[in-house]
Amino acid sequence: MDGIPAYNYLSSPKGWKSWLLTRDHKRIGLMYLFAIMFFFLVGGIFALMIRIQLLTPNQALVKAETYNQLFTLHGAVMIFLFIIPSIPASLGNFVLPQLLGAKDVAFPRLNLASWYIYVVGALFLMYSIFTGAADTGWTFYTPYSTQTTTSVIATTLGVFILGFSSIFTGLNFIVTIHKLRAPGMTWFSMPLFCWALYATGIIQILATPVLGITLVLLILERLFGIGIFDPAMGGDPVLYQHFFWFYSHPAVYIMILPGMGIISETISVFSHKKIFGYKAIAFSSLGIAFVSFMVWGHHMFTSGQSELAAMIFSFLTFLVGIPSGIKVFNWLATMYKGSISLAAPMIYTLMFLILFTIGGLTGIVLGALSVNVHMHGTYFVVAHFHYVMMGGTVMAFLAGLHYWWPKIWGRLYSEFWARVGALLTFIGFNMTFFTQFILGAKGMPRRYSTYLDQYQPLHGFSSIGSFILGAGFVVMAGYLIYSLFRGKPAGNNPWGGLTLEWTTTSPPPPENFLETPKITHGPYDYDKVIADNG
Amino acid sequence: MFDAAAGHPAHLQHHFSDSEQQASASKLGMWLFLLTEMLLFGGLFAAYSIYRAWNPEMFYEAHKQLNIYLGMINTIVLISSSVTMALAIRSTQLSNRKLTVRFLVATLLFAAVFLVIKYLEYHHKFELGQLPGKYYTFTGLQGTNPHIFFSIYFMMTGLHGIHVIGGMGVISWMLYRTKRSQFSPAYYTPLEMTGLYWHLVDLIWIFLFPLLYLIG
Amino acid sequence: MSNHTSTPAPHILPLRLYLGVGAALLFLTVLTVIVSQIPLGGWNLVVALAIASVKALLVVSFFMHLYYDHKLYFIIFSIGVLTLSVFIVLTMFDTLERGAVYDIKARPINPKAAMYDKPNFQSHGDTTKANGFAIPIDSGTTKRDSAGQANPSGY
Repeated sequence: MDGIPAYNYLSSPKGWKSWLLTRDHKRIGLMYLFAIMFFFLVGGIFALMIRIQLLTPNQALVKAETYNQLFTLHGAVMIFLFIIPSIPASLGNFVLPQLLGAKDVAFPRLNLASWYIYVVGALFLMYSIFTGAADTGWTFYTPYSTQTTTSVIATTLGVFILGFSSIFTGLNFIVTIHKLRAPGMTWFSMPLFCWALYATGIIQILATPVLGITLVLLILERLFGIGIFDPAMGGDPVLYQHFFWFYSHPAVYIMILPGMGIISETISVFSHKKIFGYKAIAFSSLGIAFVSFMVWGHHMFTSGQSELAAMIFSFLTFLVGIPSGIKVFNWLATMYKGSISLAAPMIYTLMFLILFTIGGLTGIVLGALSVNVHMHGTYFVVAHFHYVMMGGTVMAFLAGLHYWWPKIWGRLYSEFWARVGALLTFIGFNMTFFTQFILGAKGMPRRYSTYLDQYQPLHGFSSIGSFILGAGFVVMAGYLIYSLFRGKPAGNNPWGGLTLEWTTTSPPPPENFLETPKITHGPYDYDKVIADNG
Repeated sequence: MFDAAAGHPAHLQHHFSDSEQQASASKLGMWLFLLTEMLLFGGLFAAYSIYRAWNPEMFYEAHKQLNIYLGMINTIVLISSSVTMALAIRSTQLSNRKLTVRFLVATLLFAAVFLVIKYLEYHHKFELGQLPGKYYTFTGLQGTNPHIFFSIYFMMTGLHGIHVIGGMGVISWMLYRTKRSQFSPAYYTPLEMTGLYWHLVDLIWIFLFPLLYLIG
Repeated sequence: MSNHTSTPAPHILPLRLYLGVGAALLFLTVLTVIVSQIPLGGWNLVVALAIASVKALLVVSFFMHLYYDHKLYFIIFSIGVLTLSVFIVLTMFDTLERGAVYDIKARPINPKAAMYDKPNFQSHGDTTKANGFAIPIDSGTTKRDSAGQANPSGY
């Protein structure tokens, strides 16, 4: 017997039209997954080109103007096409209704619209590459962005459109969590990944429209010279930065919160232990969402904003680290005296814990106003955000991917090759980015296509690391794709999880549950329940 | 209407357990969408606040170029359209399809009047050269950078006007659906959601009017 | 458990209420125009915004039904207003305080500051603690001008 159930969301209903017009959140999540992985590859190729350029200070690969386009595209693609949608739109879409015991999200048609809006936004962004890719950095700072002849408008229009996709996903998830929980599942008995997606949705709803109006203002400034950011016309270029970062700082919490939600799931399952401090973790997600709106000025310490504002933002920035710290300690406490299983999801979870902690602590370092004045615009910042975004979000995403992969496809992958990939990734990542902390502390500025000779050894080391990192991902792609054809059937619950998705077949049926699920225990009640590894 | 074959009302979607859950989900979703609109316009309100704080005298002088009475009439027009929109929904709650149609038509008419008056105001400014940014050619105002006021005026009223036009489109579609008897006291959620949107459009204008036209 | 057949009756508000709120809104509109013609200085803005807020509350509470709805919707609306306020207020901490530090720097240094009276303030070239702060001294006396103000080199 094959072990893969005949009736599942992949095989039913049939036909390409049933996919293009699907309202099944699982199919939409899968389509997002493919797109996100594709754009991770695109963004990664830009990254490797950057690292090849920086192997030597000789501008060997591209000239400076092209280099500016490279890092702009790397940032824009990675942020808007990969990381912001990554966990919510792919894994979140796939698993949220199942975690809640629901048949679908609240607005399935809106979900499909969200997907197509993402596709259109992506096309705009890709189109902009061929019409003179923007060279402003993904931050599009004025005055350069209003004056450069590259296709800023096409790029920002693409980002504007992608914003709607993000908003609709967040809106859908918030309503789903409010209204579609199975009978008996209270707010405090739903899995923590749901709390994370809820907090993320709040940020998506409140912050993204401000990005929208910011980009509109930028486009109007370019097209009609309205002068709102132009000092010669009484405007203020720093105002652009306020507008931009009011979204983009909360945006980084859109990136990390879902990842933290996944870690809460995997750490409990793979420690076979109840999560420590459920309410603290749940409320800290909301706390992060709340405080995240009050710290954006820490991106602007050297912009010329008033010293008063700078001090206020620095102080508030220290506050925002507290809820993250609470989570890390709760996760560690969950592991304590647990029965740890070092399966692939857990390996990525542990990587997350180490790398996110480093990234988060260096964020606090940068939040200190007096230190930031020296570190702003250096590789220290680059290293910090790669530690939190890649060491944090991407590792959490991979933990979630490896955790839910058997549920999505009904197949298991090779644990051996997963460890090989994880090892390469871990080594490569630290080689690449820890070096950059040192580079930044030694004064190497970011977004420079060349550098002084004294930085060459460190840059060279970092570039070699990036290729090892790339190799890790190639290995990962290899065994994951192989598992689709030759992987062992997973069964309902290969990991012994206690959340509702593990009660269905792998892959699940289109309607998720053949009957409304009965809630008999909490999502982490390992002390009360022996999980059924079916 | 009840779909006997499916065993539930025709409008009930399969992932909801009952109409009430579906209706309250729609309402929550709509309010969240309205939140995004508030933040979208909010960015422009922020720009307004900042530039007015930097240029208080210029704002005062420049705003005198606006016609207070046209602004007041437009405010009255939009408020009236909100009343007719609310009454349209009430009529459906009372199963009075004809009255719903009439009130929806009235709402559309008020919205159209609003746009016509706005057009007249814009036309006047075009003639005088009171245009945003680099297109500003009006010489009748002293003070530094009077074009800033007009940039903000056009952006805020322009974005608002786009939302009025969009709202008219949605209301027209509701009119069509009402005429086809698709709504009843048991199901009028799309109408109600349209109403919420339309009231927000009114709400934004309630703040735009004093901030742009009534700078004391 | 699931009720497929009936929907609860809609909450119908009396006609008087809608017309009353509409009339109030029209009245407040005329009022705000009249008041704006009276010169009140900075208070014009406050009054105009206050009247607009009352109008807004009327629209939100009755036309948008928030008065009768579950508190959740009121919370949602308030969060929007709050977030917007945070944006405007924190940004204005920057835009209204630009250059303020130059005024502070231009003020004379207080010659009566206690740190100048500490006996070990003028030290022998190494760092000294005065009032708990380590002060690197470049040896010898601090230069003071005729007004007794310390004028360390550089600033």
